[in-house]
Amino acid sequence: MSEEPAIVAVDVTRTYDLDGVSVSALRGVSLTVSADDYVAIVGTSGSGKSTLMHLLGALDRPTSGTLRIGGRDVATLGPAEMALLRNETIGFVFQSFHLLTRTTARDNVALPLVYRGVGRRERRARAAEMLERVGLAHRLDHRPNQMSGGEQQRVAIARALVTGPSVLLADEPTGNLDSTTGEQVLGLLESLNADGVAVVLVTHDREVAARAHRQIVMRDGLIVS
Amino acid sequence: MRVAEAWRVAIDALRANRLRSVLTMLGVVIGVGAVVALVAIGTGTKRQIEQQVEGLGSNLLIVVPGRLDPGAAPTASTLTMDDVDAVIRVVGDRSRVAVTISSGETVRAGSREAYASMQGVLETTPDVFVRRLDRGAYLTRTDVTTGRRVAVLGAGIARQLFGDRDPIGRQVTIGGVRFRVIGTFEELGQSLGVDRDSEVHVPVTAAQRLLGTQRIDGLAIRAPDRERIDALGGAVVAALVKRHPDTDFSAVTQEQILGVLGDILGVLTGVLAAIAGISLLVGGVGVSNIMLVSVRERTKEIGLRKAVGARPRDIGVQFLLEAVLLTTIGGVLGMALGISAALLVDRLTPVPAAVTWWSLALAFGVSAAVGIIFGVIPAQRAGRLDPVVALRTE
Repeated sequence: MSEEPAIVAVDVTRTYDLDGVSVSALRGVSLTVSADDYVAIVGTSGSGKSTLMHLLGALDRPTSGTLRIGGRDVATLGPAEMALLRNETIGFVFQSFHLLTRTTARDNVALPLVYRGVGRRERRARAAEMLERVGLAHRLDHRPNQMSGGEQQRVAIARALVTGPSVLLADEPTGNLDSTTGEQVLGLLESLNADGVAVVLVTHDREVAARAHRQIVMRDGLIVS
Repeated sequence: MRVAEAWRVAIDALRANRLRSVLTMLGVVIGVGAVVALVAIGTGTKRQIEQQVEGLGSNLLIVVPGRLDPGAAPTASTLTMDDVDAVIRVVGDRSRVAVTISSGETVRAGSREAYASMQGVLETTPDVFVRRLDRGAYLTRTDVTTGRRVAVLGAGIARQLFGDRDPIGRQVTIGGVRFRVIGTFEELGQSLGVDRDSEVHVPVTAAQRLLGTQRIDGLAIRAPDRERIDALGGAVVAALVKRHPDTDFSAVTQEQILGVLGDILGVLTGVLAAIAGISLLVGGVGVSNIMLVSVRERTKEIGLRKAVGARPRDIGVQFLLEAVLLTTIGGVLGMALGISAALLVDRLTPVPAAVTWWSLALAFGVSAAVGIIFGVIPAQRAGRLDPVVALRTE
């Protein structure tokens, strides 16, 4: 919709201070995610792909370099503004789903709307709509432990989508699923991408990565191709 | 995040760990219960004593030798019946003046005996103090002037010596001397820690002869009205000092006695409440501790909430509400416990207890405050958690 890409990273570094030893996780990464992108980030563990993911999701801030998410420079934002930015522009899907265990699918999906100040009735309506879209209309009042792994991941995707984000960040979304279910989840992500949501997924599965429009390979904190 | 939503989340979290929530609450329940019950006992005791002092009669002035300063040594009485006559002249009305000389004596009737507080008094005693007879008649002025050996028995003494029989007209011996019973008092019970039903009233003159003394221990005056108490006290003390230049005299009113007793009991109630307050504090530390554990356990949940847009404040408020909810529910249960304990004590023991609204309000306020104070640190810790670190926790 807008001319501005969803995410722009220019020469971004991220250094951790671990017991006085500084460890460089990212050593100068530049990357642009446009509004309809479908990007796979691949790399071995320790290559910096998770760190990059956290930065792209506004969960963390770069040590140096410029990072613009949804047109805003994260260096200028405080923790509360970062939270708002995540709520409005980013949807997260995690390898281990991260659903609230004692909460129904519907209320799990509605959670992001709680922090947006949406009333309970509307939240539940929008959550139900979103669950229907991921094919879980019959699971509204089930709890995570009453659902299969694939269903749980679809609940997580519904939760990521309920706020109408411009970017969906998926960290090993198929890592905990068998190949058939993984296939379904990927299909769902791709159909969302077709509807205009940028999808960035982190994976070390070459087949998964191959389906993306483009691949970014990371090694030792740098993008190598 | 809306406040109603935050409450719902907090209640859910407490429900998820029911046993732990109850145990954590228990500290606050006991603390608040102790504050309410102990303050009730303190207040009840104070009220009872006030009623007893007021029950003595109104506008009373008690005159005793010596200074009534804290720490002053008691002074041996040098007052005699001549002084009493002088005081009666100052007051201008004999029926407003009562005297006493008291001594512990064994009273016998046949084979039964009882230990009594013998009071040598004027016939005016029932006019000055509130004292009602059960049977017979009180002493007369003639009894006093002639030193007649007649006695009015307290309800307890009458029961011990005569059981259900009518004691009027019967003989008793007090300190080995024979007296005739002419009346009995209505039952009074304990007052200021003294068993008022073990008193035996005899004419002051007969008591002096029995004890072989001319002295009297003290006198009391009933002023015609409240306004004249102080002036009357001054006049009486002046008259007595004139007759005994070497001795100080003090005139104290019920209000002064009540004031002193009230101060002492107030301090006592305060100390009790403070001790109970310490247990409330310990309960608060328990809440803080459990909330810190809860924050650690739910790190992943906090991370997720932050990832989907919870601000540090949202998370902080959620945990603070949880702590406040724990302590306020505990506070309400504690109030119920305290009220029940106070009622039981009042019903089943001689100790009086009166639950006051202010102690309930205070206990509730303090428990809510404890939740806020002891919930702040865990809440801040939860709010400041780095979402990246929190999500990584497994």
